[in-house]
Amino acid sequence: MITLNHYLVLSAVLFTIGTAGVFLRRNFITVLLSVEIMLNAVNLTFIAAARQFATVDGQIIVLFVVTVAAAEAAVGLALVIALFRHRETLNPGAFTSLKW
Amino acid sequence: MELEVVVFYAFAAVTVGTSVLVVAQGNPVYSVMLLIASFGGLAGLYVLLDAPFTAVTQIIIYAGAIMVLFLFTVMLLNVPREDVAEAGHGHALNPPGARRLGITLTAALLLELGWAAWHVSTRQSGSLSAVPPGDVSSVNQIGRVLFTEYALPFEVTSILILVAMVGAIVLARREPPVSRP
Repeated sequence: MITLNHYLVLSAVLFTIGTAGVFLRRNFITVLLSVEIMLNAVNLTFIAAARQFATVDGQIIVLFVVTVAAAEAAVGLALVIALFRHRETLNPGAFTSLKW
Repeated sequence: MELEVVVFYAFAAVTVGTSVLVVAQGNPVYSVMLLIASFGGLAGLYVLLDAPFTAVTQIIIYAGAIMVLFLFTVMLLNVPREDVAEAGHGHALNPPGARRLGITLTAALLLELGWAAWHVSTRQSGSLSAVPPGDVSSVNQIGRVLFTEYALPFEVTSILILVAMVGAIVLARREPPVSRP
């Protein structure tokens, strides 16, 4: 028997994996991929909750989240390209000019 | 064991396994490929949740468009490997104060997760397939609600896309050489 709790726990696990990726990886592209994992974990929560309460609102919000993810990927990758042109590396540790 | 349980655990294992590999291994090209597999597993879960429209959206937009954009950038920049030698230096979490703060936050997060898991295990809700699905899986109903109740957010989304498009072009553009009259 699969309950809402199963989906919520799976979503929490995915979100934790994404968070760990953002904090542990030293590569801008992998960090952006980890953010996508986190967004998808949240999407899974929305869909499962929408199924539980028998509404379509969850699916519509997921549609908006996907749109925002597309915009975020476009702008984020443009930033990555600009940064790479600047320093020839993707290591976040190399961009510390503004560090106090 | 019921079929639903088997299918759920199969898709969940695919999703979690490939997500862990995305974060764990060093080559961004493999990371992107594994993330596409992870989205495939999630799409299977969406079908299981009576949301076929979202599953198809997931495959077409996420795996088809966004991941291709990522792959394109990875291959354009041609930096397949994370620089292992640099990994220890200049890490934002290296100063001892930041490390203590990080350990405290991680402990708080794990405590919270354990508390939530304990609550979940004690309070059992009914099976999802026992809930009548209503018209959740109807594309007709999704379109109706999207263009009536959510019409304003939908239009705002188009402005967001436009701004992101202009921003991406401005950010990724090469500076033109300054020409003096």
